[in-house]
Amino acid sequence: MADGTGSGAAAVDPRPLFGAYGIVKRFGSFTANDRVDLEIRAGEIHALLGENGAGKSTLMKILYGLLEPTEGVVTHRGEAVRLRNPEAARRLGIGMVFQHFSLCENLTVAENIALVMERGLRRGTLAERIAALGATYGLHLEPDRPVWSLSAGERQRIEIVRCLLQEPKLLILDEPTSVLTPGEAELLFTVLERLRAEGRALLYISHRLEEVRRLCARATILRGGRVVGACDPRAESAASLAALMVGEQVREVAPGPTTSGGGERLRLEQLSLPAPGLHATGLRAITLGLRGGEILGIAGIAGNGQAELFAALSGEVPAPQAGAVRIDGTPAGHLGVNARRRLGAAFVPEERNGHAAAPGMSLSENVILSRHATAPLTRFGLVRRAAARALAGRVIEAFDVRKAGADPAAGTLSGGNLQKFVIGREIQAEPGILVVDQPTWGVDAAAAARIRQALLDLAARGSAILVISQDLDELFEVAGSIAVLHAGHLSPAVPRTGTTREAVGLLMGGAGGPPVAADAAASGRAVTRSEIAHAP
Amino acid sequence: MRLDLVPRDRRSPLAAALSPVLAFLTAVLIGGVAVAMLGVAPGAAFTVYFVAPLSELWSLQEIALKAAPLALIATGLAFCYRANLWNIGAEGQFVVGGLAGGWVAIATHGSAGFTAWILPAMLIAGTCAGIAYAMIPALLRVRLGVSEILTSLMLVYVAELLLDYMARGPLRDPAGFNFPQSVGFDEAARLPYLMEGDTLHAGVLVALVAVVLATLVLGRSLFGFATRVAGASPRAARFAGFSEERLTLAAFAISGGAAGLAGIAEVAGRIGQLQPTISPGYGFTAIIVAFLGRLSPLGILAAALVIAVTTIGGEAAQIDLRLPLDLTRAFQGLLLCLVLGADVLTRFKVRLVPGAAR
Repeated sequence: MADGTGSGAAAVDPRPLFGAYGIVKRFGSFTANDRVDLEIRAGEIHALLGENGAGKSTLMKILYGLLEPTEGVVTHRGEAVRLRNPEAARRLGIGMVFQHFSLCENLTVAENIALVMERGLRRGTLAERIAALGATYGLHLEPDRPVWSLSAGERQRIEIVRCLLQEPKLLILDEPTSVLTPGEAELLFTVLERLRAEGRALLYISHRLEEVRRLCARATILRGGRVVGACDPRAESAASLAALMVGEQVREVAPGPTTSGGGERLRLEQLSLPAPGLHATGLRAITLGLRGGEILGIAGIAGNGQAELFAALSGEVPAPQAGAVRIDGTPAGHLGVNARRRLGAAFVPEERNGHAAAPGMSLSENVILSRHATAPLTRFGLVRRAAARALAGRVIEAFDVRKAGADPAAGTLSGGNLQKFVIGREIQAEPGILVVDQPTWGVDAAAAARIRQALLDLAARGSAILVISQDLDELFEVAGSIAVLHAGHLSPAVPRTGTTREAVGLLMGGAGGPPVAADAAASGRAVTRSEIAHAP
Repeated sequence: MRLDLVPRDRRSPLAAALSPVLAFLTAVLIGGVAVAMLGVAPGAAFTVYFVAPLSELWSLQEIALKAAPLALIATGLAFCYRANLWNIGAEGQFVVGGLAGGWVAIATHGSAGFTAWILPAMLIAGTCAGIAYAMIPALLRVRLGVSEILTSLMLVYVAELLLDYMARGPLRDPAGFNFPQSVGFDEAARLPYLMEGDTLHAGVLVALVAVVLATLVLGRSLFGFATRVAGASPRAARFAGFSEERLTLAAFAISGGAAGLAGIAEVAGRIGQLQPTISPGYGFTAIIVAFLGRLSPLGILAAALVIAVTTIGGEAAQIDLRLPLDLTRAFQGLLLCLVLGADVLTRFKVRLVPGAAR
């Protein structure tokens, strides 16, 4: 199934199933798509590659009728069509699976599917059709399960089934594996392969070049809103694809240190916290130690306690015992985030907009946000705006943050640039301990390489770094040792050189961990276990 | 056919500055049409509403006296609203402030000798009472998660009825022929007049000082920064280590204190005694003023003056042109809608999208 082309039935039809020619989309003075051409044939999985801001989303939205192009034409079997809205696109047989699911947590699987179907469909019929699709494609779903109890992979299946019920000829998938375990991703690939073999077309958008090389026979590469190349990904290496995307050779990141010289800087001792909400995960007796110079990677699928662990480490949620968190030997479990910063710790949350940074505020104000307790940014309770601007300037220069204007609002920066700014803001303080949640999530390859290198450099200067990430490639690139967070339980850390992606992937699915306690099973997180059981 | 709001790439500072002016002009135009439909010449009405109040010394003083409590209360409210806290009960905090400060004046009535401490004590008592009264919804929210909107609003009626009872009962002037009012305050318990023989009193200065202080605190201090972050991005505020609890209590204390101070300034200034009612709804009008002024103290000062002018003008129009007072209220509401609408238009473009509504 690694072979992506096959001899699709529609390959004989010279006209592409869907074509987009000379697509130009302008937002004010900004050109998001500049004379983009794209042809999608029936029976192919076509990759759309590009950095953040390259114009992939705009093109996708045009194809799905969410945006109308400023210029250019979309064709269906050679005839020009106008996609005024998603209904028009769906009538032509275009379906889309979004990166962020649009599901109602409190409704069941069947109810969520019924929401988007035409009226008058009887529930019994719907359940049968769901079951039939499940049997055909291996998309197993229990129609009566409430969505909140499902894993990300199962949720994604609902989205796919929703699309398939409308018999699409073209299915657009936006970063579909970003929330999946390796096992779940394998299942998805099998489904996609079957859909392709039926003669459907798939437009596959992903940052993960290895997947693209595996699945796709053709790729269109966007950079700065223009098509910069088309290729057969199987004939390229991941590095050469990345180079096409960013227009430069991506720097190889120097390997992370596997041994450490320093003393222990961060320690968690039997850290347990109850789940903060119905759909959240509690932390269960987490113990870890981290020395200066070490980078510990924490793998895991979203929703297994990452957010809760980050909050417990940062002090946004204090621990019940002071000794549960030690920073350079000082008990810090009871301390708030600023007291921990004064002890030399720094934190980068997952969400850039609204957590790590206030999007409506300027960059210099966002420096004050996390540095007001540790940098000389205030005097007599008043903010020293010049000092904040100077500090922001140093971060911007050191991390090559691209921005418009002297001191723009954080929300106007692209994802990669804002992430560089946020990470740079913390690294500039030379923290003894840095905790980073998803350091390069949704960040383009060049910015990701820069961020990873900065983490490695900081560790080389003697800091202890804890990286929480869902991206195994990233962890294997930067971390010296890796532990897995599953259902609020942290597996023992193992050296990177002593483990494999497959072994970590199994742990991410919950295999090999200690028995899952009843409370975790009730919280619905343990269902990922059954995911693995379905795996081939 | 449907309307879409598309975010503008950049918000022009000129458009942001001009939008309230444009909104005001539009409101005047619509108001003119309404006046014409009531059978009054719009030109004459415009003169009575907006020109006459600004052309005589006594009415200028009236405007300042009306604007001062509005500006003071709205400035305090700006802290709450910036932090996304909805204190709707400034009217109650105003009343309680007036009552507590007034009680000091009544208790010291007729005392001889050194009396210079009485007025400061009244102002402090009024401010503290306002703070304490605002702490009720604040603590209920912080400790029990009760919506501050409902509690602060309902406490307004508690305060009004308490004042009503006190003015008719325990604090009534025993020699006042059973009129429901307290004794007239001594000279030492009154805010001094700024000009001999006029109505303008020192409470106006208090409002000005508050506006300047609030500009500094909100714009320049770490506390003001924390308030703004808490409102705009609450998770980022938590990440910054700003305690939501403390910010909530502080914002309510500031708005309650400002309302309480405005209350006692009104009682010790213009009224000079306790009556069953001491406010023509300043605490509620101040909510409009706060948003008209876009939650910035200087903007609030300007908005308070505009509202004061239309109120004074509205009273004159009622007498001179027999126009209903409700027209003034409608105009003030219209103005708020237009200012908020213009604000949206500076941030978004309106686009007509053909096709069915989604």
